[in-house]
Amino acid sequence: MSAETTALAGVEHRPGAPKPDPILVADGVVRRFGGMTAVDVDHLEVQRGAITALIGPNGAGKTTLFNLLTGFDQPQEGRWSFEGRSLGGVSAARVSRSGMVRTFQLTKALSRMTVMENMRLGARDQPGENILAALVPPVWRSRERAITGKAEHLLERFKLLDKKDDFAGSLSGGQRKLLEMARALMSDPTMVMLDEPMAGVNPALTQSLLGHIQSLRDEGTTVLFVEHDMHMVRHISDWVAVMAEGRLVAEGPPTTVMADPAVVDAYLGAHHDTDLGDDSLLDDEYTHQLEAEERAEDERKDHR
Amino acid sequence: MDWERILTNVAGEVFAPTTAAYALAAIGLNIHFGLTGLLNFGQAGFMLLGAYGFAISTIAGYPVWAAVLVALACSAIFALILGIPTLKLRGDYLAIVTIAAAEIVRIIGRSTALTDVTGASSGLRGDSYKETFTALSPFGDGSTTLGPFTYSNSSSNSWWIRVVGWVLVAIACVLVWRLLNSPWGRVLKGIREDEDAVRSLGKNVYSYKMQALVLGGAIGSLAGIVYVLPRAVQPDSMGRPMTFWVWTILLLGGAATVFGPVLGSMVFWAALMLIKTVGREVIPTTVMSSAQIEQFGQIVVGVTLMLLVIFRPQGMLGDKKELAINVR
Ligand SMILES: Nc1ncnc2c1ncn2[C@@H]1O[C@H](COP(=O)(O)OP(=O)(O)OP(=O)(O)O)[C@@H](O)[C@H]1O
Ligand SMILES: [Mg+2]
Repeated sequence: MSAETTALAGVEHRPGAPKPDPILVADGVVRRFGGMTAVDVDHLEVQRGAITALIGPNGAGKTTLFNLLTGFDQPQEGRWSFEGRSLGGVSAARVSRSGMVRTFQLTKALSRMTVMENMRLGARDQPGENILAALVPPVWRSRERAITGKAEHLLERFKLLDKKDDFAGSLSGGQRKLLEMARALMSDPTMVMLDEPMAGVNPALTQSLLGHIQSLRDEGTTVLFVEHDMHMVRHISDWVAVMAEGRLVAEGPPTTVMADPAVVDAYLGAHHDTDLGDDSLLDDEYTHQLEAEERAEDERKDHR
Repeated sequence: MDWERILTNVAGEVFAPTTAAYALAAIGLNIHFGLTGLLNFGQAGFMLLGAYGFAISTIAGYPVWAAVLVALACSAIFALILGIPTLKLRGDYLAIVTIAAAEIVRIIGRSTALTDVTGASSGLRGDSYKETFTALSPFGDGSTTLGPFTYSNSSSNSWWIRVVGWVLVAIACVLVWRLLNSPWGRVLKGIREDEDAVRSLGKNVYSYKMQALVLGGAIGSLAGIVYVLPRAVQPDSMGRPMTFWVWTILLLGGAATVFGPVLGSMVFWAALMLIKTVGREVIPTTVMSSAQIEQFGQIVVGVTLMLLVIFRPQGMLGDKKELAINVR
């Protein structure tokens, strides 16, 4: 049991429960798309230095909440703060620079750049990113070397080092997920927000990456991640928050939260005919089906 | 057929001032499109503004360096006006706005209300603004023959404008090469690939796009100056077809490469000249008049562009491997 789990031991098992040391606090965040309310979170606190899982059925509003918290989308109402600073209306780039870095559910690898270039782009404090300094290589060379060293280290960890000179677009789906996560870590964020980081990653590597996420936490990074794989959630999270239909419906430690009637209700409400353990399977099948449809569509286009 | 004359004409086109001007314009567009993914369909507008800025301020008595600064300032302001409302929106908006804005520049330039300043649709005569530039020439009067090429030393379509034009092209190439291989260029390429990813990594995307738009536009305005120095400022010769040709040159040579725009411009103008001169020799005037052959040449260019995009989309210098990557 980690120190964080102990820190969270006294926290009530209810949605919106106050934490001893919250790094992220959101209040009354509401996002509507037309008449449909995608997110309506009354209160949410994320404990500093802990791994918090955000789960919920498809369409629960998890990704939308991520988008709102990281400045990629603006809510109709609500306030939220990161490390005590309000982030309402702050641009996505600023949010990232303040130390909260996210990844995307639909991976955003920079296809026509090499893996290494992708990684370097994740780094901070590169003076050569200024147009005038860029013209004078001595100003940025040494920083570039440091960045490259760090990138190699991370790539090794993520089993991508031998791909470093390949275009990111030539990686497989799972490898892109890994690249995106490694890239997000280039800036040593205070908090990482991972949207389904393990979707499509093979089980053996998942194990080692879970270890990596845990060691990130042990070094003091706060982790908030969305995941459908309950085994992973149970395995590494210190705390679980459950969303359904835009609302936060339950919170608690991973061992007990799945038994919460509100959670059972949320999942069974969404998938009448499946049990909770099958959730990831369902998601994968759905993805495959979508991919197949897309391929068929592409082929149709090509033939015209 | 007089092959020697034809080949001389074609070879002369390779290093003609117009070729240098188009190479510069394409280098500017390369910063927009090749590096950053900005769809600027108004590069001719930047060129025309540069030409006006230079010519009008020279006529007003400014020395060459000041007139060039005026041209650069005009294009920078133009870039800001175009970029502020559109760079936060999706890429297509910039495309539409730049087409329209370039047309607006041309239409304002040719409007009779401004006859005293811009000369309206007949434009500004070359003689009225060439003098200061010609006076800077170290080559003196007269003309010089190098091999088969004879041009005047300093005035109008001269050796002097060729030297200046190609030195500018060389400087622009070095600049692009330096920036392309710098962390700044890396951010631009990231933006070209996926803006949101770059945002999530903490970069101010809007500011980078604006810098690219201004820099590419400024190079475009220099291109405009080089373009008008051997001729006159005529708004109607710097409209949509000019933008279209700059695009053709960039795609022909290869976007996102350093020398693509230069090679593209050389090949483009040499090929056009070849088609034209051979056409005049071979096709009897009863079938096609000289003016029609000119247009025929442009049709061939259009068809070539289509074939190019289909069979060699990366251009002459582009990286096939890079383009083989599906942008998903
Ligand atoms: N841009 C948008 N426009 C309209 N509706 C949207 C938009 N983005 C999300 N939604 C809707 O908001 C709801 C929540 O979507 P969201 O992507 O946040 O779900 P999620 O919890 O991340 O689901 P999943 O587990 O499938 O990724 C969905 O019903 C979705 O249709
Ligand atoms: Mg989602």
